[in-house]
Amino acid sequence: MSGARGGRRQNNWDLRAAGNFIGGGTGTGLAVVAAAEAFMGGTFRAALVLGLVLTGAGLGLVWLEIGRPWRAINVFFHPRTSWMTREGIMALLLFPLGILALALGEAWLALAAAVAAVAFLSCQAGILHAARAIPAWRKNELVPLILAAGLAEGTGLALCVPGTEPFVVLLALAAGFAREIAWGVYRGALAEEKRTQAALAAFEERPARLARAAQWASLALLVLAAALSVPALAMAGGALAFLGGAAIKAVLITRAGYKQRVALPAVPVRGGGGRANPASAR
Amino acid sequence: MTRYAMVADLRRCVGCQTCTAACKEGNATPPGVQWRRVLDIERGTYPDVQRVFLPIGCQHCDEPPCLEVCPTTATRKRADGIVTIDESLCIGCSYCIMACPYEARALTGAEAYAFGDRPIASEAARGTRPEGVATKCDFCAARIDAGVARGLVPGRDAEATPLCANACISGALSFGDRDDPEGPIARLLAENRWFRLHEEEGTGPGFYYLWDREGAP
Repeated sequence: MSGARGGRRQNNWDLRAAGNFIGGGTGTGLAVVAAAEAFMGGTFRAALVLGLVLTGAGLGLVWLEIGRPWRAINVFFHPRTSWMTREGIMALLLFPLGILALALGEAWLALAAAVAAVAFLSCQAGILHAARAIPAWRKNELVPLILAAGLAEGTGLALCVPGTEPFVVLLALAAGFAREIAWGVYRGALAEEKRTQAALAAFEERPARLARAAQWASLALLVLAAALSVPALAMAGGALAFLGGAAIKAVLITRAGYKQRVALPAVPVRGGGGRANPASAR
Repeated sequence: MTRYAMVADLRRCVGCQTCTAACKEGNATPPGVQWRRVLDIERGTYPDVQRVFLPIGCQHCDEPPCLEVCPTTATRKRADGIVTIDESLCIGCSYCIMACPYEARALTGAEAYAFGDRPIASEAARGTRPEGVATKCDFCAARIDAGVARGLVPGRDAEATPLCANACISGALSFGDRDDPEGPIARLLAENRWFRLHEEEGTGPGFYYLWDREGAP
């Protein structure tokens, strides 16, 4: 709800919004894992259930944040340009497909759910990218980062689910390296602009540095797990991949997601005389 | 084609906030919300410094980022360029607030009054404002429409002109139809050097800031 009596200017989204991006990203990664497991002939239900629950939980957090939650149906009114509407529509596709896949156990339905999940995550990336007031979000380089991060978080968490197929370690490793590349490119883009220096600074603070350390540690553990086939290492690496990614996303939404300030291209040259407003001279 | 726009002559603005007060009184905006603000900006390095008073609010953009992102279609742009919010559709998701590069939007909270538990006259006249929705300057659209319906000209006739422009004590704020070649906006833009905020964003603001005479050295 909106909180303050009277009203307020808002400078950033809070942890509830961050929860949506964490849940949506991780849920998508889990849905992709479920589809892969289904096609490999393994059991996929646990990953898919967890993916749907996390995605739904993220949307639930947003529902708690909006000012008029009982009007939430209005979110579907503007698919032509609004990524938030598109996210809602993709959620409407994702959940029935996921539930059908769980009920019928069909691999192709799991695949369809995974495709809807990736589309859902793409919409989430679009939401951030279209927030033009926020220098750190409107970067083109953020879109691949959100996609790669979601896959890394989801595949990582999947490794913590009992019964996950061993090949998922390789998926998690690939997603983790993809996230590293996307992160490097995104950070490079932030470094190029004066307005995003404070975002860079937010990523240099202790919580973000710890999260990044967790991501590196996860990669090391996943490499070892893939080489040595030790499930415990895979589980630890996956957990760190998820936790590190979630923490970075929280920083991205709440700390790096600040609005740009006014920039004056010129200052007034006073003393020139002349009347400005003809109406005021009456 | 009418395209309403506002001009602020930064050489004349003295930062008195009369526009802010007039807007607040006339539109009965809730405590904590100001549709028209005046930023007090210090520019330069000692001893070569300058204060700039910058009236700011919704820029009524040609391509409003708030309209693009709004999932409900609550934010709309009229044919005359005025960007409005349909409070009955808005869900208060704040996405428009995150998208507006001009910090023009706010979110309403629980009903509250400027002074104590009872509404002042303008608040009582306005009635209950919906809680949890986005709010912003609408160039006093209802006032403009009522004035135009009576044959008045916005920017020339005070009763059809936004309250902030009417109240400006230094004549810094002007309002009118930008596309009227005989109107005050077209003349001011032709005679002066001006800028718009965050022009690089491609939003096409309908708010112009004069800073020097055209042709000045």
